[in-house]
Amino acid sequence: MTTTKAILGLTAIAGVAFAGQAQAEELRLLTWGGYAPESVIEQFKAETGIDVKVTKSNNEDMISKLRATGGGGFDLAQPSQDRISAAQAEHRIYKAMDLSQIDGNQFIGSMLEATKGNTTYKGDVYGVPHVWGTSGLVLNTATASSVKDYTDLCNDAVAGKVSYRLKRPTLIGFAFSMGLDPFAAYDDKAKYQEIMGKVEEKLISCKPNVKTYWEGGDSLLNLVRSGEVVAAMAWDTGGWKLNNDNADVTFVAPKSGALGWIDTFVLPKKTKNEAGAYKWINFVMRPEIAAQITAAAGNFTASKGADQFAEDKLKAQFQASFPQADLDNIKWYPTVPPGLETIEGKVLDRVKAASSN
Amino acid sequence: MSSAEIAVSGTEQRSVIPTLKLGTFLLMLPLLLWLLLLIILPHVDLLIVSLREVLGYREYAFSLQNYAEFFTEPLYWNTFVRTAVMSILATIITLIVGFPVSYYIAKVMKGRKRNLLFIMCLIPFWVSELVRTFGWMILLRESGVLSSFIQWIGLVDGPVEFLYTDATLMVGLVYTSMLFMVVPLVSVLDTLDDSLIEAAYDLGGNTVSILREIVIPHAMPGIASGCIVVFMLTLGNYLTPTLLGGKDSLWFTEQIYNQFITRFNWESGSAFGFLLLFLSSAIVFVGLKLSRQTLADTVK
Repeated sequence: MTTTKAILGLTAIAGVAFAGQAQAEELRLLTWGGYAPESVIEQFKAETGIDVKVTKSNNEDMISKLRATGGGGFDLAQPSQDRISAAQAEHRIYKAMDLSQIDGNQFIGSMLEATKGNTTYKGDVYGVPHVWGTSGLVLNTATASSVKDYTDLCNDAVAGKVSYRLKRPTLIGFAFSMGLDPFAAYDDKAKYQEIMGKVEEKLISCKPNVKTYWEGGDSLLNLVRSGEVVAAMAWDTGGWKLNNDNADVTFVAPKSGALGWIDTFVLPKKTKNEAGAYKWINFVMRPEIAAQITAAAGNFTASKGADQFAEDKLKAQFQASFPQADLDNIKWYPTVPPGLETIEGKVLDRVKAASSN
Repeated sequence: MSSAEIAVSGTEQRSVIPTLKLGTFLLMLPLLLWLLLLIILPHVDLLIVSLREVLGYREYAFSLQNYAEFFTEPLYWNTFVRTAVMSILATIITLIVGFPVSYYIAKVMKGRKRNLLFIMCLIPFWVSELVRTFGWMILLRESGVLSSFIQWIGLVDGPVEFLYTDATLMVGLVYTSMLFMVVPLVSVLDTLDDSLIEAAYDLGGNTVSILREIVIPHAMPGIASGCIVVFMLTLGNYLTPTLLGGKDSLWFTEQIYNQFITRFNWESGSAFGFLLLFLSSAIVFVGLKLSRQTLADTVK
């Protein structure tokens, strides 16, 4: 009698434990701030029962994290499309996508095709697009209206009130505004080195104008908000966020063209919940969900029809910053070939170490 | 080591040694495991990584190129020299500021007031380094507290920027490492018998000669250990130079971080890590030799 009871009890406990385990399915997402808002995570959980655990990161950090674990620790990651095939070739940290699991009709067709093309390595596709945006100039139009392009940041009119990052977008942006084409030299290391040499000279001569090189997005927002910086190179969303507080500050596409990036979905090599990852991708690409992410991150997504759900204010800000000509002039990052980052790294170090006086 | 020697010289040497060894070994096991798994093994791995050269995708060859690069590219060498000089300077300033404070706490103050002062030195370290550094940024930035204050009292007309200079960086470094100088100094000055100082006065010594002949020689082990800790902490500091240093200041740890995280160049990052370890150890060694101290004295 007692043994039967005990066995029954054990079975019940085991059953509960098993059910608990089944319920605790989780998806470990390595992403950027704002790409997985709390409300979207809750709706996803209500629909599929999957818990989403978010780790916020950036491109370099994502690759470093996945490299350290050989592609483990996360089930889905979101690096930019230009940083996928080279990282895959060098570190083997991703897993090819099974495109049949993804509802391609939810994507803006041209963007999906372009991303597939850019993230193909040895015939396999590794990424699909999610969020896209640009970097360009964030200006206080009342005091820095003379700035039309990156090189104008070196003008005397804005001396001491300028900030930009010491990262590769700055090098690429300055190269374009100096009339050079770094993307065309991507496959020619010697040519690229020459272009970067010119950019290095320019950045060093521009150094006295710079107040500080910003690191995190928040520190830049503070610098502009307090009026200590009136012209900066930054992301479009930063400019629009500041525009909400101060109508004079906004994002301006530089004359030589804003730089366009697309953040993607990729599967880390040791993903433990591939099915959950596909579910999440299909879920967040629904227009009404994508609009919620746009509202949180400030950037538009590759989801077809999500514009209709976007806030009017953001749409107005976007149209003010991007007249059709500027939109057509966006320079999209091509895939980074190996070796270029070493060249860029040395240029950035030399600029940082150069004396500004 | 010393307990083993005592056991050897004792009478029951045969029966004592084996049990003592096993006991000591077991007691030391956590430490040994910690050293082996978390310090030695990762360093061996880093050493191997630092000694290879990337030829192409997933192709590596043995090479000393990463080390050679440090010495041939003036950028890296200059960064290291700058970091080392700034760290030595920060250590000296910390010592000059910290010594009177420690002397006051250890010798002049008594009882509860003494504890209170000591705790006041400690309290800033209850918040994280990041928060303390942001505190300095709020005080010193162009639209910050100090700039507003000197405008308000009429010393200057426009806002003044105090941030992003080497002087600010130095203030931040000294502030961050003050406690690590004060604690060893207080404990070493505590052991100095007051009657020695009184006797010196009786024998006609003055403040300067007593300080030079009695207090400083006695405090030397504390000064040395404080200086080593402060120097190493400053050299390895990442946060303060990055946040306060501004556009001209490239700190060597920042360089290592860049190599690892933003350039994916683990090979040269590891090489720089090792060079930092060796070069900073060499500086400490030279410092000990110059001050005629031994490492054993400083940990007494």
